[in-house]
Amino acid sequence: MGEMQELSTFWFVTFGAVKVVAVFTVVMAVVAYMTLAERRVSAFIQDRLGPNRVGPFGLLQPIADGIKNIIKEETMPGTAAKFYFVLGPALAIMPAVVTFAVIPFAAPLPTPVGTVDMIVADVPIGILYILALSSLAVYGIVLSGWASNNKYAFLGGLRASAQMISYEVALGLSVIAVLLLAGNVTLTEMVWKQQQLGLWFVFPLSLAFIFFLISALAETNRLPFDMPEAESELITGYHTEYSAMKFSMFFIAEYAHVVTASALMATLFFGGWDIPFWPGDDMFRHEGAWIRGFDESGAPIPTSPSVLITLLTLAAFSVKTGFFLLLYIWIRWTLPRFRYDQVMHLGWKVLLPAALAYIMLIAGTMLVLDQLGVAYGMLYGLVLTAVSGVTTLAFLFFVDRDRVISGAHRKRTTRARAPRAVADPAGRTPPS
Amino acid sequence: MTDILFILFAVVAVGGAVGVVIGRSPVASLLFMVATLASVAGIYVLFEAHFLAAIQVLVYAGAIMVLFLFVIMLLNLGHDYRADLRYGSWSLLSLVVVGLTAGVLMQGFSGDVGADLLEDGAAAAAAIDAAVIEKGAVGVIADPLFTDYVVAFELMGLLLLVAIVAAVVLAKPRGSGEG
Repeated sequence: MGEMQELSTFWFVTFGAVKVVAVFTVVMAVVAYMTLAERRVSAFIQDRLGPNRVGPFGLLQPIADGIKNIIKEETMPGTAAKFYFVLGPALAIMPAVVTFAVIPFAAPLPTPVGTVDMIVADVPIGILYILALSSLAVYGIVLSGWASNNKYAFLGGLRASAQMISYEVALGLSVIAVLLLAGNVTLTEMVWKQQQLGLWFVFPLSLAFIFFLISALAETNRLPFDMPEAESELITGYHTEYSAMKFSMFFIAEYAHVVTASALMATLFFGGWDIPFWPGDDMFRHEGAWIRGFDESGAPIPTSPSVLITLLTLAAFSVKTGFFLLLYIWIRWTLPRFRYDQVMHLGWKVLLPAALAYIMLIAGTMLVLDQLGVAYGMLYGLVLTAVSGVTTLAFLFFVDRDRVISGAHRKRTTRARAPRAVADPAGRTPPS
Repeated sequence: MTDILFILFAVVAVGGAVGVVIGRSPVASLLFMVATLASVAGIYVLFEAHFLAAIQVLVYAGAIMVLFLFVIMLLNLGHDYRADLRYGSWSLLSLVVVGLTAGVLMQGFSGDVGADLLEDGAAAAAAIDAAVIEKGAVGVIADPLFTDYVVAFELMGLLLLVAIVAAVVLAKPRGSGEG
């Protein structure tokens, strides 16, 4: 029990290749079915049916869309910069499909030849790899906007570069709070630290989660932050001139970013593959053996990987990621689009200073707790949860100038008091 | 394998650097520069300096070059910069600088220096590996940065702040009346 058998180089490479293919295939399948889910959920929200003709419940619709996009005519605007026009979609899709590699998706799997980590590449820089590669995603969008030689596409590209730089700052700062508490940048260790704390980081770092959620929406260019494509202003923004598979590649890239962002939110703030209220699945590599935690005297408690735990944790990870995918769709069909200056205002004047202040607060609280000798565990987490909870409520209270969260009754009373003269359903003022 | 990757990255890095200079348009030059920065990051990974590689891509390729691209597209659209280039004495001067740099590098890497570097390198690599396991990839850099070199580090930060304030002051239109 607890002893660890290391994989030989041959098996390491073999399993590595299998994991690369498997993860890529699954991510692409999720991307394909997310387009269907988006259309079905939006239809549900808008009281329509959505695509339900191709296969049962419309399940073959993504395949039909794929075939259509491949056999459609590829157009090339006469005045486009041809090389960059083709390079754009390729640059857009590349970072999107490789970022999933450092996210652990289940507990380690035991095999007769050794234990296999359920992560494609457990690189020592973990989350920095994701931040670095997703910061390259903007090139594809900006270049295609520029190369199209179309003013709407160009405006979309410019908006994309400004927006993605602005929100990268807020995204990075919200991750720093997680790094403070986890003490390392690898996502494997972040999952382990959440298991040891006994609390998912969303509780002790609730405000960081809200910042991360907002910045992730902006980074993936999803509503309410889809300024770069803003249909009502820019036709479809940076991909106005694209057709067929090149157009489709922008969508695959966008949805792949959404899948990665959802998996990242699940991992950073919701325990990753951890199953709540059950310490049996906790597992970490400690001095050459698998351990579940430390007992009172600080001695490691050994554990051993099992296939059942791997499958259960994989299910837990999928449920969490699936929830955030649904949340993305839900937000898109609920909130209207921001105005461009509002997006910039929120990023630089609200999120940036608030995130900086929050980091100071969390670091200060942790310093006090460490000085008092509080061990890393439930009490530690609960104190941080209390501090963060108060801060989050204060933040939401001051940001929410219309006080929407005070409840619907307030809006109802305001509406009842409104003068009867403007009660026209279309909102026009009556002729005087 | 490492050698093949190193040669690949080195060729792309140097080729990209040449491309920056001879590129037809500012956008082409910029993309060559991104390729160079990314290849240098790749070389860092070969040296097991993962953190440096990530920061290289995150800061230079992902943020600074995107700002460059933003500025080029916003301000320099269709501007023929070739008219601004000056040949003659400048090209002669640049040749001299390139020659001198190459000479210094050749001298530095010839003789027994390489063997010394390799020997020290193996010991250093083992020390770095041990430190990474103990402190994590970021801790190895952060620890000396915030203990031994904290004054220099903070002064650098102050210098950058001064530069930013100066840039804002310079960019402000004169006589706008708002100080």
